[in-house]
Amino acid sequence: MTRRIPEATLPEFAAANGLIHRRELLVGGLMASVSPVLGAQQPPSLPSWTLAPGRPMSGYGMPSEWRKNVQRGFTLPPGRPGTGASRTPLHLLEGTITPNGLHFERHHNGVPDIDPAQHQLLVHGLVDRPLTFTLDDLLRYPLQSHIRFIECAGNSGGGAAPAPTQADAGTLHGLVSCAQWTGVPLSVLLQEAGIKPAASWVIAEGADAAALSRSIPLSKCLDDAMIALYQNGEAVRPEQGFPMRLLLPGFQGNTNIKWLRRLRLTDKPANTKDETSKYSELMPDGRARQFMLEMGPKSVILKPSYGMNMQGRGFYEISGIAWSGAGRIRRVEISADGGRTWAEALIEGPVLPKALTRFRLAWRWDGSPLRLLSRATDEAGGTQPPRSEWIKQYAPGQGYHYNAIQAWDVDAAGKVTNAYT
Amino acid sequence: MRTPDCLRVIALVTSLAASATVLAEGPGLGKPADAALIKMLDLTVLPDGRDLPAGRGSAAEGKRVYEAKCLACHGINGQGQPMDRLTGGVGSLATPTPVKTVNSYWPYATSLFDYIRRAMPLTTPQTLRADEVYSLVAYILSIDGVVKADAVLDAKSLPAVKMPNRDGFLNWWENPRR
Repeated sequence: MTRRIPEATLPEFAAANGLIHRRELLVGGLMASVSPVLGAQQPPSLPSWTLAPGRPMSGYGMPSEWRKNVQRGFTLPPGRPGTGASRTPLHLLEGTITPNGLHFERHHNGVPDIDPAQHQLLVHGLVDRPLTFTLDDLLRYPLQSHIRFIECAGNSGGGAAPAPTQADAGTLHGLVSCAQWTGVPLSVLLQEAGIKPAASWVIAEGADAAALSRSIPLSKCLDDAMIALYQNGEAVRPEQGFPMRLLLPGFQGNTNIKWLRRLRLTDKPANTKDETSKYSELMPDGRARQFMLEMGPKSVILKPSYGMNMQGRGFYEISGIAWSGAGRIRRVEISADGGRTWAEALIEGPVLPKALTRFRLAWRWDGSPLRLLSRATDEAGGTQPPRSEWIKQYAPGQGYHYNAIQAWDVDAAGKVTNAYT
Repeated sequence: MRTPDCLRVIALVTSLAASATVLAEGPGLGKPADAALIKMLDLTVLPDGRDLPAGRGSAAEGKRVYEAKCLACHGINGQGQPMDRLTGGVGSLATPTPVKTVNSYWPYATSLFDYIRRAMPLTTPQTLRADEVYSLVAYILSIDGVVKADAVLDAKSLPAVKMPNRDGFLNWWENPRR
């Protein structure tokens, strides 16, 4: 599906090894491909689905039978009780919204089947009036919708290993997903309960068998925190916390407590297991960072990526996703020569704060081996460090909050592999 | 006549503040929570121990509970496998091979009580009596000498335990880039 472009019409290159200036995407025809030559042996015929009625309607539609391979990936076999995770197959998706059935999962003792009629949210502690809210109560409050990513603090943590793992982008980086969440601003409920002046933290707890619990700064709860009731227009899925979850945009996934049943306002954090033993970051000097809650700027090229090998030299689109817990993505740069030269990618709008953002760039691969990198910068000025710099901050094997520049090597045969810079 | 810009800004701020107030006022549907419900649901134990329940447990009793209910997942003497290692590794955090366990890494003994009571054993969470939880904490801590082998823990003595890594955590939210 490639075409030769006469020398006179070569596009404007922005960086080495064929990265084309993002302006060129606006020019029609550049990416046009030559129609494949159909087999000439048999006369053309209409397909069967055009010649007979299709199947009837269904109550809840499912993806095409031809896309049954698009599944969440597991590190451990599915069906195991207890703890585990499944990952969004990022490399098999497009755009920025994760379909609900493919949103990554991380459970600490299984997925509860909660009867919403028997579930309530308790707000207590340093408040004037301890209150409970049912789902029906919350549905009567003014609701807000926001498109936001959630990323597990352990996403991409394999990057801390001494050698790069050879696996597809979903397996390596699929503990991040993005949805439109609709719910009640948490500040409204806290103000209804009446916040006592001594309160500075909120301890959130789930109704699952892990009763997962995290301490959240009160300031975050009064900023953009939400009790999410809907996910992409339908009720929050059981794996995502039905009937209600805490949404803390930009904060590490573990703090976004699912199956939320309780919020206790306190004057200090609880130091629960998941904010001491886990989700804390050990440094080389033996001390650990605790409550490093915001996810840093990050990007990953999905097209091409491991397992999606090149189909000969010629024109391709490089595309991927970028995100930051600090706000909007301001810039994504791509290098096709291991970081010596960089080209700015086209950012697909609308660019939303704390949401997955799609970037694209046209590329002419001449068949030579090279290294592809992407580097995101957010509106707060944060940018992705090289892996060598990221790794120096932490103790050996520490993989939480891994956001180093991600690299893919393309060899002369077009095979794409995971690489360290 | 043109309105001075500063007055326009004041008008805008006032109207924004007014609308924010309106938005913040929901329908007020929260129902008063009674003390029994709060007592049942509130499993949190803060580091100062103010929330700890009545009861007490010794390391010796804890060994018996551990071997009956915990050993299958956490191994002999908390050495781990198939699930997390609980003991050992004290003093290893700043070495090239840090070993993070309850005794080497966790800053507060109260966190262990909080976690066991809410989430353990994995297949039957929230079934242990307060005495059993106190005894398990005493046993696990005693394995590395964090408490004495004949220790008895209760609501007063447990929060007084000084964990080996008590001062090893930096609050990155309140003070990043130290």
